[in-house]
Amino acid sequence: MSTGDVQGKLMSAAEAVARFVQRGSQVALGGFTVNRNPMLLAREIVRQGIGDLHLVVHSHGQALDLLVGAGMVGRLEIAYAGTGRFAPTCPCFRRAAESGSLEIEDYSNFQMSLRFLAGSLGLPFIPCRSGLGTDLVRREGFSAETRRSPKVASRKMIEAEDPFGRAGGKVLLLPALNPDVALIHAQTVGDDGTVRIKGLTFADVEQARSAGAVVVSCEEIVPARRLRRDPNQNVLPPFLVDAVVLAPHGAHPTACHRFYDYDPRHLRRYGEAARSVEDFRDYLREWVYGPADHEAYLALVGPDDLAAIAADPRLGYAPGLDRR
Amino acid sequence: MPDWTSREMMAIAAGRLVEDGALIFAGTGLSMLAAVVAKRIHAPHATIFFETGGIAPALKELPLAVGDPRVMSGACLNCGLIEAFSFLAHRRLDTLALLGAAQIDRHGNLNSTAIGDYRRPTHRLPGSGGACDAASLAAGVIIFVQHEKRRFVPRLDYLTSPGWLAGGDSRARAGYVRGGPRAVVSDLGVLRFDATSREMYLAEVYPGITAEQVTANTGFSLDDSRARASDPPTERELDILRREVDPQRLILG
Repeated sequence: MSTGDVQGKLMSAAEAVARFVQRGSQVALGGFTVNRNPMLLAREIVRQGIGDLHLVVHSHGQALDLLVGAGMVGRLEIAYAGTGRFAPTCPCFRRAAESGSLEIEDYSNFQMSLRFLAGSLGLPFIPCRSGLGTDLVRREGFSAETRRSPKVASRKMIEAEDPFGRAGGKVLLLPALNPDVALIHAQTVGDDGTVRIKGLTFADVEQARSAGAVVVSCEEIVPARRLRRDPNQNVLPPFLVDAVVLAPHGAHPTACHRFYDYDPRHLRRYGEAARSVEDFRDYLREWVYGPADHEAYLALVGPDDLAAIAADPRLGYAPGLDRR
Repeated sequence: MPDWTSREMMAIAAGRLVEDGALIFAGTGLSMLAAVVAKRIHAPHATIFFETGGIAPALKELPLAVGDPRVMSGACLNCGLIEAFSFLAHRRLDTLALLGAAQIDRHGNLNSTAIGDYRRPTHRLPGSGGACDAASLAAGVIIFVQHEKRRFVPRLDYLTSPGWLAGGDSRARAGYVRGGPRAVVSDLGVLRFDATSREMYLAEVYPGITAEQVTANTGFSLDDSRARASDPPTERELDILRREVDPQRLILG
């Protein structure tokens, strides 16, 4: 395996976060609920205490909830917060929403994905037919004051007549998103910065293309020539990637197709801890502030649990894993 | 006492509603279970796909969520959300979405966002995810809801996903070109929608359940004049569900 310095972009999680995530940044999180969450990068944001973040996500779970629970998030545009049976609604997200300590604007998954796509194409807005006549259109979560902030669209979405259609044809106009930074966890990065994602890409590619900066953590760094043998498998060119962090198991406790499954034991433990403020504080102390670095975090997870979630490289998950 | 649970009955009742050859858009939880039940038992030529981008995966093991790596394994195509929604909405595909919700009204509109005041909810739920998209764009929808008065409500606290909206032709007038809920599968029976008024009526009650039990647990008036008794689960249905589909009882509980 070659690491090189990935054209000067290889850096530690601490350096990547310090350079590309500032207080108040608008941050897109890659992955989906229990899959390929940029967990190492999220823990690093908490460790550095970079707060007042404005998160923009479609369906998210673990990294989102950790950041919300640690008090790093002031504003959230989102379609879904949950990790399936481990936490049908993300516990810290739920507590923050019910206490009113977090400004939340609800969209759907397709709407959020299209908003990233519009941003990636340099468009100010994009139409869709999803959500006509629903409270996603009628109800706004952001205050009028928030709507005046430069990083927030002046309206949530607008119902309009289809200008090309027959009378009565309606569409919703969705404002584009151009986050300050996208945080993505990928399987493989070439030593030139080319990014390969295996399994599903979710909206990671649109998020990355719409963002002002892209930070990619990855399971492995390989010679670029290996990735160039099959370019169809690659999703981002080097010139869109600003920082690369080598982070085996960097999505733990969420899954990374072909490398490891989600960690049911850890997600259950998290789900229980996150239900109370006190227990969640203990969780942060043990799992986020405690370990000196990523190696120490993985040592805390322990070799047995890491072995249990090791993916069958052909199936992409850990067959027979006890997921109860 | 029947020797099956209400979740088993729900998964089987929903599976029976799926036509062979259907293109199923599955969500998380019971809708995931029902999709796999349909494919393994009732509709072997059905194709299951997920909003996350997993198209026709092998599903040797039950995924726990649409973001589970099991939806990426042995698929014909692994892509992303935008591609998956383009299939869901495709005008020449008869897509059937299976969705759960916390609240439903008489026209099949769904709430999966918040209970109480939206800005200061008493119970915040996960949100739309792809549910609003599926309810907006699929050719048809089957819905799962636990049958309780607080869930079958006269007025939703928040309308996340469109059903027949205000009934009649209001869905088309709102700008939708197709779709709308076909059936609701609860833990007491199966409900359908009148072809003209688009109001929910009781179509089936499960073995051991009475129509009175259903109406008593529904928060709005419900026509039960068309109700018939569901066939009980067959041994084959229960056997495949328990031994092959969810042996760890991850969703069956």
